Amino acid sequence: MMRFMLLFSRQGKLRLQKWFTSMSEREKKKIIRDMTTMVLARQPRSCNFMQWKDLKIVYKRYASLYFCLGVESQENELLALEIIHRYVELLDKYFGNVCELDIIFNFEKAYFILDEFLMGGEIQETSKQIVNRSIEASDMLQETLEEYMSKPAF
Amino acid sequence: MSPSVPLQEMIRAIRSARTQCEERGVIQRECAAIRAQFRQADNGGRSHNLAKLLYVHMLGYPAHFGQMECVRMIASPRYSEKRVGYLGAMMLLDEKQDASLLITNSIKNDLSNSNQYIQSLALCTLACMGSAEMCRDLAPEIDRLLRASNSYIKKKAALCAVHIVRKVHDLGELFTKAARSLLTEKNHGVVHGAVVLITELCERNSETLERFRKTVPDLVQIMKGLVISGYSPDHDVAGISDPFLQVRILRLLRILGRNNEAASDAMNDLLAQVATNTDSTKTVGNAVLYETVLTVLDIKSESGLRVLAVNILGRFLLNNDRNIRYIAMTSLQKIVGTDHNAVQRHRGTIVDCLKDQDASVKRRALELSLALVSASNIRSMMKELLSFLSSCPPELRSQTASGIFNAAERYAPSQRWHIDTILHVLTTAGGDVRDETVPNLIQLITNTSELHCYTVHKLYRALLSDISQQPLVQVACWCIGEYGDLLLTGECQETEPVQVTEDYVLDVLETVLQSHMSSPSTRGFALTATMKLSTRITENVDRIRSIVSIYGSCIDVELQQRAVEYNALFKKYDHMRAAVLERMPVIEKNSQGHTNGETIKESQTVKVKPGEPQQPANQVQANAAFYTVFSIVATVTVYEKDGVTVTLSCEKQSDSGLTVTLTASNSTESDIRGFTLQAAVPKSVQLHMKAPSGDSLPARGTAKLKTRADMSEVYETKVSPVTS
Repeated sequence: MMRFMLLFSRQGKLRLQKWFTSMSEREKKKIIRDMTTMVLARQPRSCNFMQWKDLKIVYKRYASLYFCLGVESQENELLALEIIHRYVELLDKYFGNVCELDIIFNFEKAYFILDEFLMGGEIQETSKQIVNRSIEASDMLQETLEEYMSKPAF
Repeated sequence: MSPSVPLQEMIRAIRSARTQCEERGVIQRECAAIRAQFRQADNGGRSHNLAKLLYVHMLGYPAHFGQMECVRMIASPRYSEKRVGYLGAMMLLDEKQDASLLITNSIKNDLSNSNQYIQSLALCTLACMGSAEMCRDLAPEIDRLLRASNSYIKKKAALCAVHIVRKVHDLGELFTKAARSLLTEKNHGVVHGAVVLITELCERNSETLERFRKTVPDLVQIMKGLVISGYSPDHDVAGISDPFLQVRILRLLRILGRNNEAASDAMNDLLAQVATNTDSTKTVGNAVLYETVLTVLDIKSESGLRVLAVNILGRFLLNNDRNIRYIAMTSLQKIVGTDHNAVQRHRGTIVDCLKDQDASVKRRALELSLALVSASNIRSMMKELLSFLSSCPPELRSQTASGIFNAAERYAPSQRWHIDTILHVLTTAGGDVRDETVPNLIQLITNTSELHCYTVHKLYRALLSDISQQPLVQVACWCIGEYGDLLLTGECQETEPVQVTEDYVLDVLETVLQSHMSSPSTRGFALTATMKLSTRITENVDRIRSIVSIYGSCIDVELQQRAVEYNALFKKYDHMRAAVLERMPVIEKNSQGHTNGETIKESQTVKVKPGEPQQPANQVQANAAFYTVFSIVATVTVYEKDGVTVTLSCEKQSDSGLTVTLTASNSTESDIRGFTLQAAVPKSVQLHMKAPSGDSLPARGTAKLKTRADMSEVYETKVSPVTS
């Protein structure tokens, strides 16, 4: 299973953190620190896999954002790269040519999309179209109710 | 109280803060406003307040005061508030917080909601942060959802069940039947969830594993469908149909086929088909191939299939993509024990990877190379490893050095080569070797008597150029102390001799003694070596005497003690000096070498088990070597009084202990009866006295009484697991 997913910028600012196991705040902060240091220190064309304690760390850089997945040792690293890529594709479809600012200003949407794709450290849905349709439907549900209550959205 | 701003404006304000201090100020203001809002009764802006708080939390600021608000929001009837409330619960609450129990009821209600998106929120949250109690409470609900709901909910319920099984192992029984039936669904998401659930159940419980073996034909069917089927726009990734599901099924097949002939047979054809037909130009195809290879190597596959799998790994090794090379080496490491010859065929490529720029690839290449060293390739491999040592990154040096030592010890083609190799390592990476290298090397040198001259020449030259590497300096000092006379003869068969005088040799040792680069133990070595030379040189003994007396007032207690004792040897016991300082006898081969060998074997025969960590724990035993500086003289009289004489003679000296015989004789005119011998030793030594040959000493030395005693040093054995 996957243990965590982190998104951070090239300056080490955290943009998204998803934890799939229960951990104390201190441990989380330590992992974030370790991951950012390790990943940001890597050379441009190096291997995307690292070993950290008993976990495999799979990371990939897309534009100005680093996507970092911590997986257990029996996971397939190449597939983890595909998982990261799939998530980027989903974000891209939703926001239309996604960039880091989209994820900063609409961070809760990024989480909602992630929650339709992964759950409990495993992949939930393998079809892009189904995930997109679910997100759209949830958004519609929110807007409809919002309109009904005639309250402003976020 | 300043008016609260919408979420996006707050983010903009925080981002435009130019200093950390300014940012903190903005956030403090906002948090105060949010707190005030929370205390107020229900207003329209609750969800965006919580969203603001979650943003602040992500920046690293404390947000615990939002926990109760999350609980309240989850219970709200409005979807937008529920959504943010559940998100907040996943971010701020975890099972360790007490507040998490409060949402159990809300989750239970939402699980039965008519709207599937609300159900999905509850399922997602439960799977993310559900504690054991919550899981126990809600497991029957999840089971119900697994059976009777639409595919959207079923797939989520399946993963929720996985989380429950991980938290509360016993509840696995509850989900077994439902999991079985889910496999027959058409929806990929549901099948994927089912496969994950079955994998989890099988890994936890071997009985369940037996039962699920019957599903192998079904799984094979599903895989065949995916592999053969044409283009399916829903699930296609670069020409592969649903690689995520394929990989998951392959993993489950691996678990089911392990140690079971029948199951392995049933999947043989399928694995061969996947291995040959999968397109390996893109990463996704390689991901599926990789999983296939892992499965083939772990089940009881037929030999043809195994060869195919190793060949795929060989192809991966030649791939341009670093990631592929990395995983190829990881997989080869797992099978290097069982399929050693197959991996040996790729040795050249693996050794080339040592020169790769990437640190991860280098590390894997190093581990694999060390595992591939054998008697036939030791010379060429060692050349590669030594050149790697001189250029490798610092974090790998210690591992490389110890790997080289182990390999050299096991496969050294000649003793001279062995000594050369160790000296090379000490000169290149002397600071990174382990502590027991020094006694091991000294023992090796002592036992190779024909190479004493060669060794001392090489070490002398090494010492002349560099005295900063402590292990090297220690060994060199010891050698010069023991074999300094060979240096002074000016002759050597194996290498070019040095033309030195006694003064030069003593200069070198004194430099070591006085240098601030030398550690205290190194200085001890140098002082003792200087002392030993007093019996091996002829002219400059006075110089040694003066050095030794100077150090009699050294601040370092160890050095001072040694110097004082040596001084005493010069003054009062000069008649014993030659005997005390004579050449060391051949040290018995200790058991440490064997232990190291066994440890290596252990680490090489790692079986491919997906559940186990990649590197097994290497056990490092650090023994303080029982290391005698002086060779014990043949017989020493230890007691002489009133006609009774007791002498002590050394019988056997090994690395771990010393056996002596105490002989008592009686030169008086009358017999002595009831004679008992008692001995005391310092705390660092353990003494075992065997039974004496008798207890009466006949008169006039007609017969002697013998008692044997074993002495061994009490040392600490440190055994610590090291994962590299």
